[in-house]
Amino acid sequence: MFQNHPTLTHILGRAGWYVLTFFVAVTVNFFLPRLGSSNPIDILMAKAGGSSGMDTKAAREKEEAYLKEFGLVQLDRTGNVLRDGSGKPLPTSDWTQFASYLSLSLKGELGSSIIQYPKKVSEVIKRSLPWTLSLQVPTILIGWIIGNILGALAAYKRGAFDKLFYPLALLVSAVPPFCVGILLVYVFGISLEWFPAMGGYDDGLVPALSWTFLQSASYYYVLPFLSIFLIIVGGQAIGMRSMCIYELGADYVRYAKFLGVRESKILQYMFRNAMLPQLTGLALSLGVMVGGALITEMIFSYPGLGMAVLSAIQSNDYPVIQGCTLLITICVLIANFSVDILIGFLDPRIRTQSAGAR
Amino acid sequence: MKIFLSLLKSPGFIFGMLLFLGTILLALIPPLTMHLDHQTRVGLPFMPPSGKHWLGTDQMGVDMFALLIQGLRASLYVGFLAGTVATFIGTLIGVYGGYKGGLIDDILTVGTNLFLVIPSLIVLILLSGSIEEGRSLTLIAIIIGCTTWTWTARAVRAQSASLRGRDHVNLARINGYGTFGIVFMQILPYLLSYVFMVFILQTAAGILTEASISMLGLGPYDSISLGKILNEAMKNEALTDGAWWAFAPAMVLITVIVFALYVINTSMEGVFNPRLRK
Repeated sequence: MFQNHPTLTHILGRAGWYVLTFFVAVTVNFFLPRLGSSNPIDILMAKAGGSSGMDTKAAREKEEAYLKEFGLVQLDRTGNVLRDGSGKPLPTSDWTQFASYLSLSLKGELGSSIIQYPKKVSEVIKRSLPWTLSLQVPTILIGWIIGNILGALAAYKRGAFDKLFYPLALLVSAVPPFCVGILLVYVFGISLEWFPAMGGYDDGLVPALSWTFLQSASYYYVLPFLSIFLIIVGGQAIGMRSMCIYELGADYVRYAKFLGVRESKILQYMFRNAMLPQLTGLALSLGVMVGGALITEMIFSYPGLGMAVLSAIQSNDYPVIQGCTLLITICVLIANFSVDILIGFLDPRIRTQSAGAR
Repeated sequence: MKIFLSLLKSPGFIFGMLLFLGTILLALIPPLTMHLDHQTRVGLPFMPPSGKHWLGTDQMGVDMFALLIQGLRASLYVGFLAGTVATFIGTLIGVYGGYKGGLIDDILTVGTNLFLVIPSLIVLILLSGSIEEGRSLTLIAIIIGCTTWTWTARAVRAQSASLRGRDHVNLARINGYGTFGIVFMQILPYLLSYVFMVFILQTAAGILTEASISMLGLGPYDSISLGKILNEAMKNEALTDGAWWAFAPAMVLITVIVFALYVINTSMEGVFNPRLRK
């Protein structure tokens, strides 16, 4: 049907694939927490049943609300929780639970936090998501671009620049993300006191779109930005360097050199060819990058999703953990999809491939 | 054999290997030659390094050097185990899918790509959060291995698919060898150096991943590890107290191990891949 629109076919094909990935991610998010022995749902169930005599009414109501919210227990006609003889709630079957979880997730309904009840998980996420997005998206993008330019230069120039740059990039990319974070906090935040070490903005301020707030936020932005940026630049530069060394041996580069084409022009040709596998690499490593950046957020106590996950882990707030992990996965999927589409536009071979026999 | 000799001529390989063997010796030798106790308090909290306690004490007053060596042993163990599991699963799926082709290959590729896109840290958080009791070092290593194999599978599949049409593979097929015979006798031997390189990277990834989830407070309950040392230091505000000895040595060790493994990997790539040489 779309034979004449290779780009469209490509986009639709990828979209279908990502819808499938989304369902797998939701399934994983539902089943993984139920695999272990300290299954959060069992614990909650035991709480709602066992020591009911000692529980205050409010605590009991809260637990019931959570159980109902996710369709975890059987209800009678009037919407009360059905209980067995000892006062334990009767759980619904796993499949019913999964079905209700799936339909809730699709509606964007993530339930309420256990610790900060009755606060909604979506509220927690809404508050931290902008911080994570505004930290990670520009950092990964700029880091990727700068890293690739430096890598291409190192491959093309070789010599002293490469001799110095390559081991340095290798070292930087070997330093774990959290170590860079700790190092920057310690050196520039605590010892030298050049930049604030913790948080996302001054304590006295309330998040708003005012000049003073933005000023304070950008001051706090510097260290987390640098610590994610350095790692990405190092990793990307190494990949691009070896990519460009391959390209340098290609016939078109030699031919262009014989013709006496300007160096900057050759570099441009080479860059475009070497960039495509790098883009694919970006799509594949986004998950790892985002994971590393989340841990960086925790080290800086940056008020983003990383911090929300960390405090939820510490307080065993399972709905919040599950909500955040689902959202992070979705963000990574969206980012991946965008990169895929971009590759389709930049690389005509991909389009014809997906429009072809497959 | 000749290629392994040329490895020994590569300065990068020698350097990386020496560095890595150095960390292994550091994990093995001190416990034999001196008394290291990483469980009892021997001094005040956060005592700076001294002649008696080479790296000072931690927030409880436990000797930091003893903790560090114990943590190093645990991290190396996690790295090797996770690397082995990941390389095993990844190579098996990659080689089989790449050789078989067709529908089986498609299914395996889709499965691999699915789990490549879903961040493995997320899977690890969900999984380790649910097994609070019994989250031993070994179990963590196995879980890490089970979440990081995707890279290997993808890379090995590409290599294996390129070997599929080779003459010797066709010959084996004509002679009536089964799929597994061909995979193990005709394809895997050609990929051994490649698989070894992948194993090195997976070991590094295992050490890094363990440190990451330990930083989240989801580390092993039965052992100290380099990541757990960092987590304890962060939790007890060693940073704001200026107690650099509580976290810097562990950071340096992780970085040195990973750097050494990366250097080994890139130098091997240089030897096996003549185009990168110049």
